[in-house]
Amino acid sequence: MSSDATTLETEVLIIGGGVTGAGIMRDLALRGIHSLLIDKRDLCAGASGGNHGLLHSGARYVSTDPDAAIECRKENALLKRLVPQCIETADGLFVAVQGDDPEFADRFPALCQHAGIDCGELTPAEARRLEPVLSEKLFKAYRVPDATIDPFHLAMLNVDHARLLNGSHYRPHTEVLRFEVAAGEIRAAICHDHLHQRRLTIRARQFVNAGGAWAMNIARLAACADVHLLYAKGTILVSNDRLAQRVINRLRPPGDGDILVPGGTVSLLGTTSTRVEDLEQVAPTAEEIDRNIHEGAAMIPALAGARYIRAFSRVRPLLQTSGATDRAATRGFALLDHASQGVDNFCTITGGKLTTFRLMAERTADLVARRLGNDRAGLTATVPLPDDEASSWADPVAAQKRWHHDRDPDDMILCECEMVPQSAIEQVFANSPDIEKERTIDLIALRTRAGKGPCQGSFCGIRIGSYLYDRGYYRDATGLAHLRDFLDERFKGQRSVIWGPQAAQMELAEALHCGLLGLDTLEDE
Amino acid sequence: MRGSGTPRQFSTQLAVIGSGIAGFAASIFAVNRQIATAQVGNTGALAYTTGYLDLIGKRGGAVVVDPWQALASLRESEPKHPLSRLDAGDIRQAFTEFTDFLGACGLAYSAPGTGNLTALTPAGTLKQTLCMPATMTAGPRALAADAPCVIVDFKGLKGFSGAELVANLRQRWPQLTTQRIVFPGMERGEIYPEVMARALEVAATREQLAAALRAVAGTARLIGLPAILGMHRPDQVRAELERLTGREIFEIPTMPPSVPGIRLRELMQQVLPQKGVTLIPQQRVTALSFEGDGATLALCDAFGPIRVHAQAVILATGRFLSGGLEAHPAGIREHLLDLPVTQPADRADWYRARYTDPRGHPINSAGIEIDDSFRPLTGEGRRYHERLFAAGVILAHQDWIRGRSGAGIAIATAFKAVTEAERFLAGRQAMVPGAPPLQCH
Repeated sequence: MSSDATTLETEVLIIGGGVTGAGIMRDLALRGIHSLLIDKRDLCAGASGGNHGLLHSGARYVSTDPDAAIECRKENALLKRLVPQCIETADGLFVAVQGDDPEFADRFPALCQHAGIDCGELTPAEARRLEPVLSEKLFKAYRVPDATIDPFHLAMLNVDHARLLNGSHYRPHTEVLRFEVAAGEIRAAICHDHLHQRRLTIRARQFVNAGGAWAMNIARLAACADVHLLYAKGTILVSNDRLAQRVINRLRPPGDGDILVPGGTVSLLGTTSTRVEDLEQVAPTAEEIDRNIHEGAAMIPALAGARYIRAFSRVRPLLQTSGATDRAATRGFALLDHASQGVDNFCTITGGKLTTFRLMAERTADLVARRLGNDRAGLTATVPLPDDEASSWADPVAAQKRWHHDRDPDDMILCECEMVPQSAIEQVFANSPDIEKERTIDLIALRTRAGKGPCQGSFCGIRIGSYLYDRGYYRDATGLAHLRDFLDERFKGQRSVIWGPQAAQMELAEALHCGLLGLDTLEDE
Repeated sequence: MRGSGTPRQFSTQLAVIGSGIAGFAASIFAVNRQIATAQVGNTGALAYTTGYLDLIGKRGGAVVVDPWQALASLRESEPKHPLSRLDAGDIRQAFTEFTDFLGACGLAYSAPGTGNLTALTPAGTLKQTLCMPATMTAGPRALAADAPCVIVDFKGLKGFSGAELVANLRQRWPQLTTQRIVFPGMERGEIYPEVMARALEVAATREQLAAALRAVAGTARLIGLPAILGMHRPDQVRAELERLTGREIFEIPTMPPSVPGIRLRELMQQVLPQKGVTLIPQQRVTALSFEGDGATLALCDAFGPIRVHAQAVILATGRFLSGGLEAHPAGIREHLLDLPVTQPADRADWYRARYTDPRGHPINSAGIEIDDSFRPLTGEGRRYHERLFAAGVILAHQDWIRGRSGAGIAIATAFKAVTEAERFLAGRQAMVPGAPPLQCH
């Protein structure tokens, strides 16, 4: 790496810190290739972090996209073996309720069989014994090998492994502004470092665009006009409790409110799908919330009265194919080598889904390695991801187990909803990327479960802030501004689901944060 | 068995529903006016108060130094605000009566002054308030004088950091420092303000704490502590620690549930029954009905159903946290009588995009409508019932959080509601000689 702080050099620059970008980084490292991964925000800030965390069996796609279904089935089996620490093998049910098309339900097992997906029929009584929340109006049920996967933990493990393997480097808050192109090659990416508010030049031999929904915009910076994406906004609700042990899918063609996925101590209900043009301003609307709940309640009546702690929307990149609806648009992925666009050392990987991230990364790394003259084969289908101490604080179950195991009475719990102790914070700091010199509330929020429970950071934000002051990481009003920004950020997810007990919680939180501490008027105090 | 059997019957002149600051203030004002009173309602939310009694601390996001002047301008710009519908003299009298009552019961408070006091928060920010517990008043004075002061915090007490206070106050208060000590007898693990406060009721603990404080106080003339100075006699605990340390001592509120809030709750629960109030503090009223000759409150306790018959009723059930209002996906409703609630047209408009927006959220100004006698109104703008009055933050057209006016609205509107109820009761008494005293059949 160059000694000039504003110029960095690497073999491969990967743009986009979603699971695909992180996967490419590790795949390249396993082939001995050094890379730099950048994201304009941070790991999983886009669709990678804004989904159910579902590890598809593939059954969801058997009627609309059999090829995607088969890809899912294969990756599902691989990932369960290679990254068990990020996966809960929950199992999945597909259920049809009164009003759903019985013919579709009858065709389902054959479609699954065609895609090689294990699918066993259950009687309605058996299904309701497994998941008592299911509607009495259930008439058909099948069991499939769905599972859940934690994308944050997954991305962190990939990044950490790459760092351990060959010093490949991850840099958040770094946005590409333009490319320097000469003689059919990108020479450098001119970036803005949002953290330090300065210009940064990154030189590399190969450039990879793993920008997800932003991939079309990034490709255009290199004058590549061959990436065509549709943007589908999806909205998902998070309940206060875990309502079911298994993934529950509605047995009908993909639609709104047709899936409930367990995630540690909560459940996630989704998903509405709306075409959008704007990538930046996406937030759940009351109408989307109501539609998800209404549809979901047909399958699981308790969803109508459940307590929700947050909702979020993200934009999924869908590959544009003429004539298809968004739901039917391919969930497959595309790797574009941009050779037709007059750039020889640039490629774009986009589309796809969380379940197939490894395959997407492998295909991309194959191309990049070939272009670099590296003939080593990809190893991600055989080498398991090693565990990492620090990132396990992002895993809800592992975090609690560890706390009970290491119990030291002086190691106080700062986030009581999710059991994050002081020692977790020190461990996260010790293992965070070099760029994160600042020890902030945000860093803790990204890399632990803190703030993700029922109180959504109302109390733990204050406690973590106080702790960071105690440790001397904050020495002036910056800590309070960070606390305010953290609470503002958490609120974005809460805003659309505040009713019932959440309204009471919000009144208390506001009384504390604004009425007492004055976080609403920090500047003029 | 709960909910079965013959209800126990109580008769009273005034029933107060709600046990937050508004409910307790209403009972105090009623006691002072010799009105036979029964008070019902869960006291949970009182523990969330800091002990500060704000009148108006902010207007449009700006600091208010003189709340009485702010009151005059509020009257101009927000005539529907509950405080705009009250006489400034009444508001002052309400605060005076309330703080005098607390003082007479052994919890000394500063009297309402001509201006706001600048109060300390546990984050080291400042807020404007009208009255505060006597245990806290030395802090603002020391801040104004830049007196040499040490904030002492405790190993194991989360969310109260002397370093945070110093970091945020350093510019205004250069002579502020901090020290961390171990609380006597609580060397390991997490410790809680309520437990510390109860421990300081014991003389030996106070002596040990004083010794520990002396050891770190250095040249400081004052010692600032989290609010832990005893539960029932905080002024004596403070005086004794001052004597033992030779320093002036003051409290700073902690994160809720806080000791000053619990002090208020325990004091009220102890004192009001002594003053003749029938207090049923841990139960929620399940139904309220009006007949020709009075109102009936239905509720249950561990011994079975209860009916309270009252000549007049004050509804002081609070907002969402206390259950007076309920936010349903389809709209906001008043819990007990389904009174119409003034609210934003659509759920999508309840909250602004930014949580800490200084303008506040539209949902905060939702609430019930009242006439000039503080009687709730129906959808048609008529009185719901001549016997029904309302007080506190359940009233529409105010944002007590952004206005830093929660206690002020509670105390001042309770004063008004009791005054109006007293007038109503006096009128009834004139017509029906020998109104019934408090009875238990």
